[in-house]
Amino acid sequence: MITAIAILTILGITLGILLGAAASYLAVDANPLEQEIEQMLPGSQCGQCGFPGCSRAATALASGEADVTLCPPGGRNLAMDLATKLGVDADLSAMKDKAPMIARIHDELCIGCTKCFKRCPTDAIVGSSKQIHAVISDACTGCEKCFDICPTECIEMLPIPVTLQNWYWPKPAMAA
Amino acid sequence: MISVNAQKLFRIRGGVHPQENKHATAGCRIVDAPIAQRLYIPLQQHIGAPAEPIVRRGMKVLKGDLLANSQGVVSAPVHAPTSGTIHSIGKYPAPHPSGLPVLTITLEPDGEDKWMALPPENSDPLSLEPEAIAGQVAAAGIVGMGGATFPSAVKLNLRKRYRLHTLVINAAECEPYLTCDDQLMREQPDGIIEGIRLIMRALQVTKAIVAIEANKPEACSSMTKAAAAFDEITVMTVPVRYPMGSEKHLVQALTGKETPARALTADLGIVVHNVATANAVHNAVRYGKPLISRVVTVSGGAVNRPGNIHTLIGTPVADLIGLCGGFSEEPARIIGGGPMMGQPLPETRVPIVKGSGGILALTAQEVARKQAMPCIRCGSCVNACPCGLLPLEMASRARIGDFDAAVDFGLMDCISCGSCSYVCPSHIPLVQYFSHAKGALTEQQRRQHKQEEIRRLVEARTERMEALKKAKREAMEKRKKEIAAKKAAEKAAELEKRSQAGA
Amino acid sequence: MSNPGKHGAEITSAPYTHENSSISRTMLLVMIALLPATVHGIYQFGLPALFVFVLTIAACIFFEAICLVIAGKPVRPYLLDGSAVLSGWLLAMTLPPWSPWWLATVGAFLAIVVGKQVFGGIGQNLFNPAMVARVALLIAFPLEMTSWVQPQPLFSADTPGIVDALAITFGGAVPAAYDGVSGATILGYVKSELGQGVPLYDVLADNYDVFGLATGSVAGSMGETSAILILLGGLFLLYKRIISWHIPLSMMLTLTVLASVFHLASPERYPDAIFHLMSGATMLAAFFIATDLVTSPVTYRGQLVFGAGCGALVFVIRTWTTYPEGVAFAVMLMNAMTPLIDHYMQPRIYGRDRKGEPIQYSDDAEITE
Repeated sequence: MITAIAILTILGITLGILLGAAASYLAVDANPLEQEIEQMLPGSQCGQCGFPGCSRAATALASGEADVTLCPPGGRNLAMDLATKLGVDADLSAMKDKAPMIARIHDELCIGCTKCFKRCPTDAIVGSSKQIHAVISDACTGCEKCFDICPTECIEMLPIPVTLQNWYWPKPAMAA
Repeated sequence: MISVNAQKLFRIRGGVHPQENKHATAGCRIVDAPIAQRLYIPLQQHIGAPAEPIVRRGMKVLKGDLLANSQGVVSAPVHAPTSGTIHSIGKYPAPHPSGLPVLTITLEPDGEDKWMALPPENSDPLSLEPEAIAGQVAAAGIVGMGGATFPSAVKLNLRKRYRLHTLVINAAECEPYLTCDDQLMREQPDGIIEGIRLIMRALQVTKAIVAIEANKPEACSSMTKAAAAFDEITVMTVPVRYPMGSEKHLVQALTGKETPARALTADLGIVVHNVATANAVHNAVRYGKPLISRVVTVSGGAVNRPGNIHTLIGTPVADLIGLCGGFSEEPARIIGGGPMMGQPLPETRVPIVKGSGGILALTAQEVARKQAMPCIRCGSCVNACPCGLLPLEMASRARIGDFDAAVDFGLMDCISCGSCSYVCPSHIPLVQYFSHAKGALTEQQRRQHKQEEIRRLVEARTERMEALKKAKREAMEKRKKEIAAKKAAEKAAELEKRSQAGA
Repeated sequence: MSNPGKHGAEITSAPYTHENSSISRTMLLVMIALLPATVHGIYQFGLPALFVFVLTIAACIFFEAICLVIAGKPVRPYLLDGSAVLSGWLLAMTLPPWSPWWLATVGAFLAIVVGKQVFGGIGQNLFNPAMVARVALLIAFPLEMTSWVQPQPLFSADTPGIVDALAITFGGAVPAAYDGVSGATILGYVKSELGQGVPLYDVLADNYDVFGLATGSVAGSMGETSAILILLGGLFLLYKRIISWHIPLSMMLTLTVLASVFHLASPERYPDAIFHLMSGATMLAAFFIATDLVTSPVTYRGQLVFGAGCGALVFVIRTWTTYPEGVAFAVMLMNAMTPLIDHYMQPRIYGRDRKGEPIQYSDDAEITE
């Protein structure tokens, strides 16, 4: 019996030393998770999540403070990807199954006040003072900053149109 | 140098043998369709950038006039199929399963069918330089007429990047029902042979093989006779097996060599062109006529009088069906192309385009689609696949949305030939799963690309804002200094004045 | 984000043609192939065999229907695909012909519910359902599952009449008049005698009737009696391209080779290849059981490995274990290997080498400066 106790004690001590050494020598100092999450976010710093920028939101997500459904422009897809990355279950029911949106300016209502153009984080709006503004749809992330500020409410958020260039076959209906 | 032995043939893996159903139109002489009331000419009838219109509403054009210029290297111009007035340029339903519109030029024929000023007939077109031939092919708007619609001139320029030695003319026409290439070979073999010789000159190859499936003996003898005078052209029969018309598999049947994945047959020194394309090249180079018409097979159980129709590009499908006696019953499907790889047409208003080889009105019995059942892992699809893939595994991954796993099983090597769906006893729409997966992956890539660009734009904007702020700050500093300096100068002047006044 | 198109909810893509194949056609052809052996088996063992046959199939259909209702799947298409009927048919072919009704019913339950439906229904099961049932019954009710009888052909003097037949199947006990008809299968007899050290030649001297084995006039289940009729059925399936030759050939070849090698080495302890091929359920397994589509590999190369494994295991189990017949275990063990076989036996993709990289040609025509 003494032998058994001795063996287990020695084993315990040895393993404890090894683990302690590993903890200090193999410690990971930076948290790469934050950077990876930041890469996944849209990066347009729109602020709809409530954080002042995508890197802050990434920090919050990595530490578990923020919910994966926080990013409206990212939509359901982003929420699902984040949930997989963080290994959490995401309750997506609250998320509207909204297709990604693009802003569109109705020319006839635009007064050329330049308020929207100054706010757009990707410079997707062209136009200047007293000139009618227009949205370059390829650069628009649907963050709605322009939509919020337009004084004549001439901006409309529309789903990205399906064209011959981006249409593809739907999944077949399920079997019997 | 991978050579092509004109006598020996090699086996292709897998493949299926669908019922040919060509009896309805085989041997039907090509009939010229009357000019339609209105022609709808889409600006995108080819792979690559759409053509850019150079005409406006109300302009009068002659037959063969340029309507739209090609944009960039991979593109093709579009020409007027007949003389008339441009009615409008706008959105019109495309011959595409989505039913979405495409930018289309609507031409109202004046009935005179008057040609533009054609160049004099080139009696010795083979004396032209390869560059000149390629140039004329490009200007004529010729694209692959077997259905792929790849701009032919771009394919001709492959001679610059590859050491080519053989031209293969794809006259397999392996799809059921279609007989347009067959009939063209029977009726116009001399034009085709000249087209072949022109392409050979443009590619600078010394050998050409015309590969015809064994179920077309008349076409075979017709082409053999026409090619008799030219030693460098050999007519060969290939076994009747779908998808023998797939260019990679046709080349394998002729040479035994597989085209490396993600590469072209040009890597083997071989370029493949469709037989109707060769005919179009002949018309373009000898007569200067652009590609404005083609032969279309109209067939299927729901058509009263199937036939092979020679029609202008832009003719509505409804006109062709009317020419063939209309529907004998309500078709279960109207298909552009063949039944194995064709696209369902959303309505009969849509026009015939450069790649439309067939219009099929199929009955429900011909479509033979049953309700899909679960996969029973029978392996029929694996045996049928000519590309050595595992369709059942790719489909099960695609079904749950795990597209990356589907790619691991070889999704990107799938040619969507339909052999697997054809044999599946559970009637699972395998090809649709693959098309869906490929589309979803492309969309993912697009989104990724957009995200990167957005990030770039945001960074650029932030930089610009910072630069503006900095410039503003510096300007403020400078102004402050100036004011301070001015003040100091004023004060000094004041003191000076006071001291002067005091003194 | 795809637009379903102007057609409305469902547009389907090409191909718009199909060969004349379906699950129900496949099942039907297999049943046609089994018919001669089945009819002969029923003839040989009389009315009780008919009752067992009908009862097993009916019970299978019943359990399948219940499971489909519980799973919320549409009952008609799944019942009509014939897979439940076929599982029941194969199970009945491997049961003792004079089995009591409860054995057949429990067997049907095990085959359909445990062997197929709990995995997710058709196409999802890992093991052959009929074999799951047979193995479970063998282990749970070894006595009933090894109560074999000598053939009592229909229309002969000794065959049980309707009343007696009902008593046999539903009565719970074989009437005293039929006590003398029980007998061991040749496999069982040989194993027990060899185990007692009797040399093979003596064992087989009076009891080995190759012709009888071939034509089905020996004790055993309906599927193991007439090897010739099963073989004919198998050839019919090959002709109709329902199965391919890979599994039957590799299974029988492996068994032949192993049996011959050991027989040559020691003829008094090891029966020869003909014995192994003709007796027991070898033929039935080679053409009908091991070739089950769902549980066998999808590629031809994989099927060769699978068949060889089945053959080898049948020989091993028959020769060195306490079980005289090894087919059910052998098939189930190889079923477990099928996903592994499928993983490693993937075909080479066109244009790529075995590793999945694009083919490199030494004389690639691309002009590189």
